[in-house]
Amino acid sequence: MSALAGVLRKLGARVVDSVWRLGFAVRFLFAVLRYSGQSFQRLPLTIREIYFSGVLSLLIILVSGLFIGLVLGLQGYDILQRFGSSSALGTMVALSLLRELGPVVAGLLFASRAGSAVTAEIGLMKTTEQLQAMDMMAVNPIARVIAPRFWGGVISMPLLAAMFSAMGIFGGWLIGVVVIGVDNGSFWSQMQDAVDFRYDIVNGFIKSFVFGTAVSLIAVFEGYDCQPTAEGVSRAITRTVVSSALVILALDFVLTSFMFRGL
Amino acid sequence: MPQPLASSAPVVPVVRLSQAGFAYGDNAVLRGVDLTVHRGQVVAIMGSSGSGKTTLLRLIGGQLRANAGKVEVAGQDLGGLSRAALYALRRRMGMLFQFGALFTDMSVFDNVAFPLREHTDLPAALIHDLVLMKLQAVGLRGAAGLKPGELSGGMARRVALARAVALDPLLVLYDEPFAGLDPISLGITAQLIRRLNDALGAASVMVTHDVHVSLDLVDYVYFVSGGGIVAHGTPTEIRASNDPYVHQFVHAEADGPVPFHYPAPPLASLLSLPEGDVP
Ligand SMILES: Nc1ncnc2c1ncn2[C@@H]1O[C@H](COP(=O)(O)OP(=O)(O)OP(=O)(O)O)[C@@H](O)[C@H]1O
Ligand SMILES: [Mg+2]
Repeated sequence: MSALAGVLRKLGARVVDSVWRLGFAVRFLFAVLRYSGQSFQRLPLTIREIYFSGVLSLLIILVSGLFIGLVLGLQGYDILQRFGSSSALGTMVALSLLRELGPVVAGLLFASRAGSAVTAEIGLMKTTEQLQAMDMMAVNPIARVIAPRFWGGVISMPLLAAMFSAMGIFGGWLIGVVVIGVDNGSFWSQMQDAVDFRYDIVNGFIKSFVFGTAVSLIAVFEGYDCQPTAEGVSRAITRTVVSSALVILALDFVLTSFMFRGL
Repeated sequence: MPQPLASSAPVVPVVRLSQAGFAYGDNAVLRGVDLTVHRGQVVAIMGSSGSGKTTLLRLIGGQLRANAGKVEVAGQDLGGLSRAALYALRRRMGMLFQFGALFTDMSVFDNVAFPLREHTDLPAALIHDLVLMKLQAVGLRGAAGLKPGELSGGMARRVALARAVALDPLLVLYDEPFAGLDPISLGITAQLIRRLNDALGAASVMVTHDVHVSLDLVDYVYFVSGGGIVAHGTPTEIRASNDPYVHQFVHAEADGPVPFHYPAPPLASLLSLPEGDVP
């Protein structure tokens, strides 16, 4: 009986704990937004973070995009030629990248490359009392440290997703047209006919923006909220990567079910 | 030694704690602390490790809010202060953290320039000169280009000292400024703290373990133990004191009222071997 009560109590404590954390995260988001004005007045701070989050993630994003495109080219050709419609290869590659793979895969890569780095940096600044020192110098760490990193991520992510998709389409073209010999003209013209700006590109952009916001918030929050010890920082990094991945995939389902219903 | 300026108007102390108390959760660290610091004074806070000295400094800096009593800085009660008002006050405060807390992504120069760049509109050339002057004062002008990771612990603390006084503050809080310094840097740093304080007409509160250096240096000493102030006085009074706490501290005795151990059940009760059974 007491064992059962113990289990229930632990379960309850964990649920209450998670709800508290969620509440903290929301309040934290409002604080970040409130102090964002200050950090935008000092654009170089945010630009620096765009460089660290965005530009330094570029290589991994481009290489991964290329490989995904190469695979899509092979698989797509293999499936489409069974229906005698291998000229639709361009359409298939472009749509799957713009709607799904671009935002989702770029988001996952972004979380593990840039999100984890942001969490680690902020967590270490907390552990070594740098954030407190800043606060004691009457400089708000949320405005000076957190907000620029948050916006750096929010701005970088859609750009990275777009480059990922572009690279993927190039990879698909490389396999389909150059290697396999699909007709170059129909590859591009069918793609142009099928891809709708509002329906495909804008929706894909919205997805990547939402994922970028979610990953950036998770990354800065986990860093700011971590236990100020070596172990606490390492746990915060793990949580950033894991919760980012889950949140991206869950949000992707929600967004897709609103955006693409074949209507 | 400089005394608070005599004037007919009542002098507002830079720091005043009245019956201040603080607890981390259920762990009551400080209870009923009374402490006053006037302009021109350097005040030392001494006490054994874990007695709550850093906590006391954080109460004065407004990083922690007192659960009981009142903490006033420059006549303002920190308890009811908005963030903006607290920040306005902190621009006139400098704090040296126990472990330096330098910004690791900036060079030594940029660390010291940080408060100047954040809070003033001074031209870059002037900031450059001011920073080099501060670094010169702590003997590290040559290290301006280094990153904090390339400094030794003692050097990092001196850079942090230069940063803490970059804005010529009214009140400087030092958490163990002498820890990890060699005897030469220690003497120089001690002199520096005194000279800075006198030159700025500021007030300084210094947590330290170094009894003899601080007795030569400071105007007033508080001893913290068991959550409260157990003794206080000028260095002359402290040296002459018969108080057992003070005596134990000044003469570094292991036996005395200050416990060396963090509270715990007796060790024998935790050992698995029954008493008298030791082979
Ligand atoms: N963040 C915290 N959460 C809970 N308890 C704390 C925290 N910081 C300090 N304490 C407790 O408060 C007490 C006083 O700590 P404090 O850091 O003020 O000591 P100190 O006098 O500065 O010691 P030292 O000379 O070793 O630096 C200690 O018993 C410590 O266990
Ligand atoms: Mg301490």
